Amino acid sequence: MNAHTPLTHEAAPTAAHDVVQYVTVRIGPQLFGLPIALVHEVFVPEAITRVPLAPGEIAGVLNLRGRIVTMVAMRRLLSLPDAEGAPMAVGIEHHGEAFGLIIDEVGEVLSLDAARREANPANLDPRWAQVAAGVHRLSGDLMLILNVDLVLDRAGSAVARQDAGKRAEL
Amino acid sequence: MDDLLREFLTETSESLDVADVELVKFEQDPNNAQILNNIFRLVHTIKGTCGFIGLPRLASLAHAAETLMDRFREGRPVTTDAVGLVLSTIDRIKLLLQHVEETEGSEPEGEDRDLISLLEAMAEAVDAPAAPPPPAPPPQPAQTLERPLLPGELPLDELDRIFRETKVDPITPAPAAPAAPPKPAPAMPKADADATHAAAQAGEAHGVAAQSIRVHVGVLEQLMTMVSELVLTRNQLMEIARRHDEPEYKVSLQRLSNVTGELQEAVMRTRMQPIGNAWQKLPRIVRDLAQELGKQIELEQVGADTELDRQVLDQIKDPLTHMVRNSADHGLEMPEQRRAAGKSERGLIRLSAYHEGGHVIVEISDNGRGLDVARIKQKALENGLATEAELAKMPDSQVFRFIFHAGFSTAQKVTNVSGRGVGMDVVRSNLESIGGTVDVRSRQGEGSTFVIKIPLTLAIVPALIVRAAGERFALPQSAVEELVRVQAGSDHEITWLNNSPVLGLRDRLLPIVSLGALLGLSPERDGRDEALWERALIVVMKVGHQTFGVVVEAVSHTEEIVVKPMASALRQLPMVSGSTILGDGRVIMILDPAGLAQHAAARGGAAEEVSHHGAGRQSRASQKRSSLLLFRAGSRDLKAVPLGLVTRIEELEVARIERVNGYPVLQYRGALIPVLYANEEVQRVAAGTQPMLVFADGGRVMGLVVDEIVDIVEAELDMELSPSNMPEVLGAAVLSGQATEILDVAFYVQVAFGERFRHLVRSSERPRLLLVDESPFHRDLLAPMLNGNGYEVTACASGGEALARLGTEDGFDAIVSDVDLPDMDGFALAAAVRGDPRIREVPIIALATAQDRDALERGRAVGFTDCVAKFDRSGLIAALKEFTGRQGIAA
Repeated sequence: MNAHTPLTHEAAPTAAHDVVQYVTVRIGPQLFGLPIALVHEVFVPEAITRVPLAPGEIAGVLNLRGRIVTMVAMRRLLSLPDAEGAPMAVGIEHHGEAFGLIIDEVGEVLSLDAARREANPANLDPRWAQVAAGVHRLSGDLMLILNVDLVLDRAGSAVARQDAGKRAEL
Repeated sequence: MDDLLREFLTETSESLDVADVELVKFEQDPNNAQILNNIFRLVHTIKGTCGFIGLPRLASLAHAAETLMDRFREGRPVTTDAVGLVLSTIDRIKLLLQHVEETEGSEPEGEDRDLISLLEAMAEAVDAPAAPPPPAPPPQPAQTLERPLLPGELPLDELDRIFRETKVDPITPAPAAPAAPPKPAPAMPKADADATHAAAQAGEAHGVAAQSIRVHVGVLEQLMTMVSELVLTRNQLMEIARRHDEPEYKVSLQRLSNVTGELQEAVMRTRMQPIGNAWQKLPRIVRDLAQELGKQIELEQVGADTELDRQVLDQIKDPLTHMVRNSADHGLEMPEQRRAAGKSERGLIRLSAYHEGGHVIVEISDNGRGLDVARIKQKALENGLATEAELAKMPDSQVFRFIFHAGFSTAQKVTNVSGRGVGMDVVRSNLESIGGTVDVRSRQGEGSTFVIKIPLTLAIVPALIVRAAGERFALPQSAVEELVRVQAGSDHEITWLNNSPVLGLRDRLLPIVSLGALLGLSPERDGRDEALWERALIVVMKVGHQTFGVVVEAVSHTEEIVVKPMASALRQLPMVSGSTILGDGRVIMILDPAGLAQHAAARGGAAEEVSHHGAGRQSRASQKRSSLLLFRAGSRDLKAVPLGLVTRIEELEVARIERVNGYPVLQYRGALIPVLYANEEVQRVAAGTQPMLVFADGGRVMGLVVDEIVDIVEAELDMELSPSNMPEVLGAAVLSGQATEILDVAFYVQVAFGERFRHLVRSSERPRLLLVDESPFHRDLLAPMLNGNGYEVTACASGGEALARLGTEDGFDAIVSDVDLPDMDGFALAAAVRGDPRIREVPIIALATAQDRDALERGRAVGFTDCVAKFDRSGLIAALKEFTGRQGIAA
């Protein structure tokens, strides 16, 4: 990574010098970018099984060609209201487990100069700031970089929190 | 981590486990040259490899141990201390290895001078006294005898040569090298005798070794996953095939199905390991314990080759270890106690394992003192787990099970081995989490046996597929007892205990929960949603000793499901243990019976108590509970009277009823008693018998004829007074989920004897009431009613007793007193209360005969807050409502 990179916690794929390729997705009104190397596939989530007592961010699990994929409802994670239309999902591999991020729609692939990445604005909603690894100014739009590790860590820690709460109750 | 290092770590950790076992054997049988050689070789290998891959700390430690071992090989006497020292050296080596593994190749800082010098000193020490023997033993034949012991191995003298070259031994007489290898004379015959046997064993072991290869667990796991996938795909294909009738491809599909099944079985077998692997560390643990506790303990293992899934094996290691420690610490007595009891000083712990059905049974038994029934009972009583009466009725086997309760330790003193009250409950929950159970048998003075039952594998389980809240779930079949369909009017009916539904199933009452609500998928309170509960489908589940029912919407079928672990983010969820993919490709959750049980219990307090039967009801048992006799009289509705008021329940022979002045009477136990029918609608049977309750107060006895005796229940009386247009009804309460009328026994007695019953008292106060009445009958009658109205009642029989209580106990909010008391009358009591500054403000409500106007007036003058006519129920309650909590004004 070069010296201008504001955050050190970027997910892997900045290998190709200064240019990073992002798959853009829309979640609610906002455009997000996921490093392309992390995205395994894009699919339409169907037959999601709810997981009882799981935190709201976990939409459930589904069977994707024989693998059980844990689905993360990105809108809920970002405190956005549930979507109306048919969602899409981005398949991610994280520590050997399969996850699907439910988003509204998938856009194009952008190649962006890492040097032009800017830090999260200071007044960004903390819930968003927790999962954003900076921002790129595009023509007429802003693209937040989604840090997948942080997203999935947060989805996981929600379970732990919830569980701890449950235990305390008992 | 490079391959060499990884291989070294795997190999040494195995070797060290073996060394532990071997050393313990060696201590018991110091003359066994075979064992000694095995250990020597192990230590030697470690030393050599460590030197090779650059782990100097390990190498020098192993070297020091090896030096000492070599002394023993030379025939120096083996002492317990020495073995202990070698064992602690092995522990240190393990510690270092662990660090090496964690850091991928570097040894921790520090050094092991302490152990090394001890080892060296020991080597010298054993050398000194043994100095004379070495010259004696050098007989040559040993050299040749040694070889056949080790077929296919590095020759022993070769090893020795390497060893000698490593370090010049400063103590052994310099030229001892040639003399050293031979075995000392005394050991020879033994070694000789063992030789063939040992060689045979060694040969066998090698045969096995040659036919097996080391495979990384990850590879097996992957294989397993793929086979699971194959099974699922096969299931999907079969499902499709069922819909399309195409015989030609059905044949191949059948073949595919069979092969898949076989493949699955074969892969499952690769995951199987002998249970002995979980026992490996036990000899060492037992040996250390024996030393620490000063006991002599022998560990016997039977059926160590019984195989089970490695995942299960991992799960039971800790519980097993704990139980063996327990047996050694608590189970077995001290040698002198054993001698006194006429047993051999050496205690025995026996581990055995065998297959039974789809389970493995493991038994851990000792021949020690056995469980102390009396102490367990006492402890159960102290912890409020059972009442004395319940304990008295309980068979010992049930009493023993209390040791699996949390925080239950009967150890008199806490040792660092056990006795901290955490343990057996953890053992139980660990085992239950993998679908196992644990039970205990014991005989005083003869020992105890713990029996563990565990499933062979966790990877594929038969499960019942059910539907709740619109989703399907898998319930492991091992926990499912039966299915019950509830129908109104059938034997299985759901009744409500204060918002907790319970199911009467044969002789048991089971707490039931709605699965959807339990899992938070359907609305929390189904309330009494008739549709759900009236024709509910209930899966009765049993976990450990807890039986409960879950209400589901539908049950589809039983299926062998392949358990897939939950994503790590979801692993901590309660009540869900995994997921699986069904034939139609849909993912469903596998529910964890133990978790369900726990949460089902936490849900309804009352229902949980019922579930424990003898073992559970206790803790909350308090004076607030009353026993009630339930019966029917007239209508189908239940009626009840406090059991304390019922002297007997008789079968009345209708023919024996006589009439006096037109009123029915009965000759009963030498007296003539009036007989009443509970109400107009009670059947007047023309012939035969009819149930009759007998009430007695003082000399007055009466019979009350009813239609049917239903039950005796113990319940918290939550009674509401009824409107007074039905004089015989005291109030209504919900018992066993049904609205039940509580009948007023006093009313019947009055009617029967044609006068107001002399001592009838009715009283109540807000939070705490002191009830003073001479008649136990009335106290019994009033206390439940007052309890039912939310008052806590302390009853006493005389004015003197009342004053004594008022003097010693604080916090009475009101006194309800009969004016007619045996020692002092109510007026005197009132005067005394008003004269005591501490209690002068407590309101006193007097109960007087209504006609006695004068008495009422006099009472007010003396200090009664109010006077109520004895049978003026609503007046009494009104008075209580008015005065309790408002003492100042009232006084």
